[in-house]
Amino acid sequence: MLSASNLISQRGGMDVFKSINFELKAGQCVEVLGDNGAGKTTLLRTLAKIHTQYNGHFRCDNFLYQGHRLALDELLNAVENLTWHGHLRGQVRSEEQIFSALDRVEMSRNSLSPCAQLSQGQQRRVAMARWLLSVAGVWILDEPVTALDQSGQELLVRILNQHCAGGGAVLYSTHVTLPVVNKLTLVVEAVENQRFAR
Amino acid sequence: MILRLFFSELRLLSRNKAQVLNPLAFLFLGVMLFSVGVPSTVQSNGIYAGAVLWFIVLLTNLLALDGLFRRDYDNGVLEQILCASEIPFMVILMRIFVHWLHTGLLITLLAPLLGLALGIEAHALPVVMLALLLGTPALSFIGATGAALTVGFSRGGVLLALLVLPLFLPVLIFGANVINDAVAGIDNTAQLYWLAFISMVAFTIGPFATTVGLKISVQLQ
Repeated sequence: MLSASNLISQRGGMDVFKSINFELKAGQCVEVLGDNGAGKTTLLRTLAKIHTQYNGHFRCDNFLYQGHRLALDELLNAVENLTWHGHLRGQVRSEEQIFSALDRVEMSRNSLSPCAQLSQGQQRRVAMARWLLSVAGVWILDEPVTALDQSGQELLVRILNQHCAGGGAVLYSTHVTLPVVNKLTLVVEAVENQRFAR
Repeated sequence: MILRLFFSELRLLSRNKAQVLNPLAFLFLGVMLFSVGVPSTVQSNGIYAGAVLWFIVLLTNLLALDGLFRRDYDNGVLEQILCASEIPFMVILMRIFVHWLHTGLLITLLAPLLGLALGIEAHALPVVMLALLLGTPALSFIGATGAALTVGFSRGGVLLALLVLPLFLPVLIFGANVINDAVAGIDNTAQLYWLAFISMVAFTIGPFATTVGLKISVQLQ
C-alpha cells in the first residue's frame, strides 16, 4: 500500500536524510523514529506529496495525512470541522456517523463548542475522529502521541490496531514507541554536516 | 459538493465578522477623510473622485487580502486542501469568490453612498456601480495570487502591497476613467468592456496561479 525505494528528501538542493527503503503491506504499521531534526516530518510530508523535492521513488495510494497542525478551524466546532473535511474528500457524512466517531474518541460532550475552546489534547482527539471517518487506507501521522493523556494514548493505540486489523496501514512518527501489534521500525538519520562538507 | 463547500465558506464568514467589517470601516473612513481634507473652495471635487474612489477600493481590497489564507495556513487547513482535496483548485476558487463577495460585491452595493460622499453627481452613480462590479473581481483574483505567495511571511502585508499594487494598475486606469467620463457625460462603453476583459483574464488565470503559489508556500512551511 505504501512503499519507498532509495527515497531522499531534499531541501534547498541538499539531502535531508539518508536514503530510505521500506514496504508497507495492508495490516502493518511503520514506526518512524529519529532524533529532532533528523527529517521525520520532511519524510512524512514527502509521502503526503506536500514536499515535492526528493530523489528516488515512492508509491502511496489513497492516503490521509495528519501534520503537526491539526487542520481544525478554530471558528468551527468539531462537527462542522469533520463535515467540512468530508466535503473536501467529496463525501457526505451523516450526523450519526460524525457523532459516533466523536463518541469513540470520547469527545461527544464537547462536540458543539468551537475548536478554539478545546485543549490541545481534546483537539487531537477530534483529529482522531477525522481519521476514523476517512475512507483512506493509509494513514500518515506526524507525532500523533503529542499532547495526549494516558487514556488518550491507549485510545490511539486501540484505533491504530483496529485500522490495521481492518486491512489498513499506518505510518507514524514518534519519540515514544507505541505498543502497536505488527509493527516495523524505520529510523531516519540526518545527513551529517553536509553544509560544511561542501 | 461545490455548493456545500460554498455554504461552509459563508458560515465561516459569519463567524468571523471582523474580516468583513474592518475593511468596510476602513473604506468609509478613507472616503470620509478625503472629503474632509479637500478644501470646500475646490468645487472640482468630482475630477479626482474616480481616482480616489478606486484607490481607496484597492487599499480596502489589499487589507482584506492579507487575511485570505492566513488562518488556513496557520492551522494546517491549507495542507489538507492541497493534499486531501479531490480538486484543490475548486476549493481555492470558492475561497476567492467568497472573498470577492464580501469585498468587491459589498463595495459595489455601497458605491452610491461612497460616490455621493466624494461629490460624484447622481446621474453617474449607476456607471460607478457597474464599473466596480466589473473591475473588482480582477482585484480579488489577482490579489489572491499575491496573498498565496506571501502567506508564509508573518509580516507579509507590505510585501503583498508591493507585489500586487502594480498589477492593479490597469484596473485603476480604466476604472477611474470610466467614472470621470460618466461624470462628464461621455460614452464609456469601451472602457467598461476593458474592465470586464481584465476581470475575465484574472478569473481564468488567477485560481491556477494561486494554487501554485499556495503549494510553494506550504512546501516552505
